[in-house]
Amino acid sequence: MIHMSDIDFSFDPQWAQTLSMPFMHNAFIAGLCIAVAAGAMGYFTIARHSTFAAHALAHIGLPGATGAVLLGLPVSFGLGVFALAGALVIGALGKRASQREIATGTVLAFATGLGLFFARLSSSASQQMQSILFGSILTITDDQVIGFALFDILLVIVLAVVYRPLLFSSLDEQVAQAKGVPIGLMNVLFMAIMAGVITIAVPAVGTLLIFALVVTPAATANIVASSPLKAMCTASVLCLVSIWGGLVLSAMFPAPPSFIIVTLSTLFWGVARAISALRATNA
Amino acid sequence: MAQSAPQAGEHGDHSGTGTPSAQQPAAIVFSDAAVSRGDHVIWSHGTFSIPRGSVTAIVGTNGAGKTTMMKTELGLLPLAHGSVDVLGEPAGKSNKRIGYVPQSYTSDIDSNLTAEQSVLLGLTGTRFGFHITTKAQRSRAREAMDFVGVADKASYRLSQLSGGLRQRVAIAQALVSDPELLMLDEPLANLDLASQRATVHVLARLNHELGMTIQVVAHDLNMLLPILTGAVYLLDGHPHYAAMNDVLDANLLTHLYGTTVQVVTTPQGDMFVTPSADEPADIEQDTHAPVEVAQFHHHGHQHHQQDAPAAAQPAERS
Repeated sequence: MIHMSDIDFSFDPQWAQTLSMPFMHNAFIAGLCIAVAAGAMGYFTIARHSTFAAHALAHIGLPGATGAVLLGLPVSFGLGVFALAGALVIGALGKRASQREIATGTVLAFATGLGLFFARLSSSASQQMQSILFGSILTITDDQVIGFALFDILLVIVLAVVYRPLLFSSLDEQVAQAKGVPIGLMNVLFMAIMAGVITIAVPAVGTLLIFALVVTPAATANIVASSPLKAMCTASVLCLVSIWGGLVLSAMFPAPPSFIIVTLSTLFWGVARAISALRATNA
Repeated sequence: MAQSAPQAGEHGDHSGTGTPSAQQPAAIVFSDAAVSRGDHVIWSHGTFSIPRGSVTAIVGTNGAGKTTMMKTELGLLPLAHGSVDVLGEPAGKSNKRIGYVPQSYTSDIDSNLTAEQSVLLGLTGTRFGFHITTKAQRSRAREAMDFVGVADKASYRLSQLSGGLRQRVAIAQALVSDPELLMLDEPLANLDLASQRATVHVLARLNHELGMTIQVVAHDLNMLLPILTGAVYLLDGHPHYAAMNDVLDANLLTHLYGTTVQVVTTPQGDMFVTPSADEPADIEQDTHAPVEVAQFHHHGHQHHQQDAPAAAQPAERS
């Protein structure tokens, strides 16, 4: 039985010191990298009606992550390999496949179960299960931060090159195909990049909460901003504010960063929805 | 509009589009073309040619293969037999000179693209690499939007526009690259009467003022009748092309639609197609045998024997 007096939700006056610690330094830089990647890809995820597929990719990565721990490999490596493999299959099946909710959901559930099975096979994987599911942004290493930064550079270059054809095929695949856009390549490329974004975003919020970091800020940005580029920038800023806000607030109050990140992201979305609804009724 | 603008030289290979149509080969040529999905032949023995500068409807019952035909012409679906040439090249090779507006275009759009950004993609959407949108491209997009009458909606998001306006934005996107041939799949479906009229008016101006060849998949011919020069009708598993006067035959249309149809000519000379008012509800429609149907259309007699199995299919399904 928990009594209210047992729950300590008091302000920590040492929060500024906590923020200046080395692991916090890494967490802030990782947050920036994740925000850039999630903001840019979130727009396309919504435009391509692939939000559920993106959500599922994170779960497909779960057995990879726990399996990697079982084999003594880095979590991100296993997660990335499984997410990429899943992404290539979904991408190869075509844009319509990402809308096949029943097949995607079934694979999602199976993958989550498999992830649990792998986790139970070893005590170390079992210990890491919670941080894979819900994130552990405070434990991000220097190597991970370098990996995230390299991924971001690659992502920005690739997106700059394929931006228009990817946008065109997101708006209408048939017209883009008739005009000569290689839509098969666009599908596979989009899903492959998505797998990368998930691989770097999972350490922050975990596989279960990733929707709030990749899709929710982009959805908020779509309400606020009036062009794809502005929407991507807005989504990145919202994502960044959520992550950094999560880090600062979790240093002040005894709440896990993932919870505050997701709360902020959801709050922004709710406020944007409410304001646009109010405007619509006043107009 | 942009058809005569200087920047039209982008496609230098067809700068002679303004020459009289008598000098030009047909816009679309079918030679014994057939399309199948798996073992099922959708249609076969399509042999006809559609002249340049024409406005053609593709008509037929649901499932007759109208959209399939348009996708075949765009090279998006392979032929099982024969050949289809479009604008002097095999289907699919000339797509840069074709504007295409698919049926589903106007529905299910929740992207935050503005009308102008959407139209610009018709010009820049296939380009890889980093590009800044130029003033010339913007002005071409503006011209295209002007032509279809949505210039004042340039900064509206697609999701804020009505179905009719989205339809016209889609047409502007197809027009912005100065196509010689415009293909529209069910452009009037789900539009109210005023929007249907506005769309037909845009098509008429494209044909009259710019000499654009237009092809439209249509369910209801009436709205299009004033501008149609001919029709491809999909009957008993074969596509045929006929000039408008031949198509507007009550007997043919009755079999085409699988329901009794009358062609009415008003004292003013306007014609329209109408279902018979006194149609018994319980009668089985489209009861013709392949032999009876032969009198409604004319195709080469050399392949009549091959026809028989394919011809039987639509009758079986109805």
